[in-house]
Amino acid sequence: MRAGGKLLLTGGISTVEGSGGGGLASWALIAGNETVDGIGGTVHATYVPLADYSLTSEGVAIGIRDRLELSYAHQRFDTQKVGAALGLGRGFSFQQDIIGAKLRLAGDAVIDQDSLLPQIAIGVQYHIADRDAVIHAIGGAHAKGTDFYLAATKVLLAQSLVLGGTVRLTKANQFGLLGFGGDAHNHYSAQFEGSAGLLVTRRLLLGGEYRTKPDNLRFAREDRALDLFAAYAVTRNLTATAAYVDLGDIATIRHQRGALLSLQANF
Amino acid sequence: MLALILALAAAATPVPPGEQPVDPYAAADANAGATPVAGQRLWHAFHEQPGVDRIVDSLVSRAIVDPRIAEIFKGQDIVRLRRTLKEQFCYLLGGGCRYSGREMAASHHNLGIQTKDFNALVDDLQQAMSRERVSPFAQNRLLAKLAPMKRSVVER
Repeated sequence: MRAGGKLLLTGGISTVEGSGGGGLASWALIAGNETVDGIGGTVHATYVPLADYSLTSEGVAIGIRDRLELSYAHQRFDTQKVGAALGLGRGFSFQQDIIGAKLRLAGDAVIDQDSLLPQIAIGVQYHIADRDAVIHAIGGAHAKGTDFYLAATKVLLAQSLVLGGTVRLTKANQFGLLGFGGDAHNHYSAQFEGSAGLLVTRRLLLGGEYRTKPDNLRFAREDRALDLFAAYAVTRNLTATAAYVDLGDIATIRHQRGALLSLQANF
Repeated sequence: MLALILALAAAATPVPPGEQPVDPYAAADANAGATPVAGQRLWHAFHEQPGVDRIVDSLVSRAIVDPRIAEIFKGQDIVRLRRTLKEQFCYLLGGGCRYSGREMAASHHNLGIQTKDFNALVDDLQQAMSRERVSPFAQNRLLAKLAPMKRSVVER
């Protein structure tokens, strides 16, 4: 076994759900600095201040032989002043734990430059939200839920581009913070996550992500999420990401835009 | 018959100065492991032959003292490595050179190279290209040609 050895940025950063990816979209890349000959991992902390809310995510991931990824993340969604207006109490927070696994099925996003085959992975995320009573009160069906996804990621080196697409089967309301399924829809739907980035230097990736989400709850319309990001490999073991994010309307409060700031240590 | 042709070819090809003799093989541009890029823009972006010479010399000088991979180069013919790498890069970048080296699998056979070693060499090459002030976009076009060679270079 040998530690480390992956090319810069090719483990991706950590999503708010803990998986290797962008900030919002899960990618097919396996977290950590390891190659097929070793074990690696990541630790991340992410802060997403929005107009009326804030979200934090902390987590860890382990990459085994650049093949299997196991991840855990804890999210805390702070309703700040809006909590009082929504009748929850000022500073009321929704939290969830997310346990994930991802398996690379085929392809190597970086090496396969002589074919169009992307790196392909399947993943699963088990979410456990903490506010059962509120979730049921607003029309949510479950406080726990499982997402399944299929991700394809391709680095087009000749064009210095990174492209990704993910299909996710999910019932999650606001990433699962507001539970799973609801009074409007209570079935799995296929949602899409798309990413595109430009490798400006070998340390700097500029790009954007777009993620559709289900709209299961009657009391509030749920919007897509998007971001524009800059991810910078400060060192081989530290990646810093800053992004503009737009999460749309959340729980009837309009236009939740803000920043996504993330630090990831990787080994 | 093929052995005879190879033997004649080897006899007809003198060993370049400073290099050690190698077992006979059929020289062909296809041995370079990829096809050249179209046009000459990339060749210019690499500052043509003087630029490629500086990059390869810088790459090899870095690699043979790089603690991650120096061991692999012990006992190898570094003079020949510099020459064939310069030919290979010139050929792939559209510089019009012929490649006279062996194919990728043969030239890396039994070196015990793992993915981490391959990536370390890419790292050294990126530093060498940056030192030559080749733009990251032009660097990546060469890396796109070299990346699939990992499948022939790395031993499972």
